[in-house]
Amino acid sequence: MTVLVLMENNEASLQTLTLARKFGEPLRAVHMEAVQPFAPDAIAAILAMVADDLDVSSVFAAGTDRGNDVMARLAARTGLPFAANCIAAEPVDPVTVVRQRWGGSLLEDALLRAPRALVTVPPYALRVTDAPAPIDVDVKPYLTRIEPADLQVQVTGHVVAAGGGVSLAEARVVVSGGRGVGSKEGFAIIEELAGLLGGAVGCSRVVTSAGWRPHSDQVGQTGTKIAPDLYIACGISGATQHMAGCKGAKRILAINADAEAPIMQNADYAVVGDLKEIVPAISAEIRKLK
Amino acid sequence: MVLTADNMSLETRHLGFTMSPHEECGVEEAVRLIEANGGESVVLTLGPPEAIEQLRDAMALGVDRAIHLQTDGAEWDPEGTAAAILDAVRADEATSGTFDLVFFGNESADSGGYQVGLRVARALGRPAVTGLKGVKVEGGSVRCEQEADGGRDVYVVPMPAVLTVKEGLNLPRYPSVPGRMRAARKPVAASTPARPPACLELVRLVVPPGQGRRAELLGSGAAAARAVVEMLRSVGLL
Repeated sequence: MTVLVLMENNEASLQTLTLARKFGEPLRAVHMEAVQPFAPDAIAAILAMVADDLDVSSVFAAGTDRGNDVMARLAARTGLPFAANCIAAEPVDPVTVVRQRWGGSLLEDALLRAPRALVTVPPYALRVTDAPAPIDVDVKPYLTRIEPADLQVQVTGHVVAAGGGVSLAEARVVVSGGRGVGSKEGFAIIEELAGLLGGAVGCSRVVTSAGWRPHSDQVGQTGTKIAPDLYIACGISGATQHMAGCKGAKRILAINADAEAPIMQNADYAVVGDLKEIVPAISAEIRKLK
Repeated sequence: MVLTADNMSLETRHLGFTMSPHEECGVEEAVRLIEANGGESVVLTLGPPEAIEQLRDAMALGVDRAIHLQTDGAEWDPEGTAAAILDAVRADEATSGTFDLVFFGNESADSGGYQVGLRVARALGRPAVTGLKGVKVEGGSVRCEQEADGGRDVYVVPMPAVLTVKEGLNLPRYPSVPGRMRAARKPVAASTPARPPACLELVRLVVPPGQGRRAELLGSGAAAARAVVEMLRSVGLL
């Protein structure tokens, strides 16, 4: 059984191969860069043609923004069901999947009744396994068969993010503030600690709703999903939707006035007390070392 | 998270419902576009009778009228959801004219299918751009900004179009008291579409096992700073 994989140049795509291999070998690959600039309908059109020509049993992609986008377009144009963000799947009839809901805070056992399974795998859920790389499909013949309508939606430009600094999604350390920080100005101590650790500043949803920080700093289900070595959550209670954004962190340090806050059940380390005293004290202690 | 006895849904008896963050930004964007350009905005949901509350919330923000596709609370799969919305959009357009823009949340907060808006767009034969953090109408086109690679990718598509949006697109307003009073009188067209068999069929929900973390208490107050720094050194961050 041949399996088709939509590959991006990222770790999530390598993790996707782990699940795709359960559905058969060889794996064949079409790359997200096949059409430049990016045109999601054109990639979906190529996948549809290749899937038919190779008579593949299933199509996999990483559950990234682009992966889910293109796979949903493939599903829409072929009339097939599509299971997004699966952390497990079995190639039985019908296919069984375990999907993430609520950004991974809840799982769903489901049946995928389809002649061809379309599945994405969320980042950080599976390990990369050591196995042969998929074989690239020669997409040249397919490029000439793309209809003009499939190039109507195509990237025409790129706006570079203002700012600089360490990117929230890629920082090794994220120091994040919640309601407990109290104000826009209160974030000065959060910024200071993040700076000393070479990390990025994050925040919870209540902070962006209050206008204290831009939405680009928000960690959570509807913000940025992060996987740093250390996440320092200051004055954040740890609502499910927040934890969906930081559960990829290797370690979590919670600084909170409430020892019973939900975040304490999800943290590795805790300090109880007033973050306005604790955070500057940690910064001062780090300065002594430097 | 607590499940119902049959493991088919979340136990919500003691919870309130709200519009999801992505959709709230879609509503806000629609209201702003109409304020700036004139016209009419319509809000649509597929959900149980209680979902009327979220429709009223949207109308309190400034949306003109609502379409409520009522369910009995049972799970609808993404294809069934898209088909019902498609039928409703087509029926409304047959009498009220084509929507220049149809907004969807990029993905639903609960089931996270990532596909309903794109399925509706395909069936309508309209261009669709997803995950938007910026929307600007320019003549007969719409300029779309989507977060990508430390910045934003830009797309320009002709209208009518389908746009799926994310939280952060705008900062939604709070409903005013007069807004709420007006919303109570705005029209809601309710219907009860039939639920088709699911191709992606929910079998049961499962609360994932806890991450097994039990926080090690490093101390209380500012006196804990030294222990925190020790921890930072032990894990190689200092």
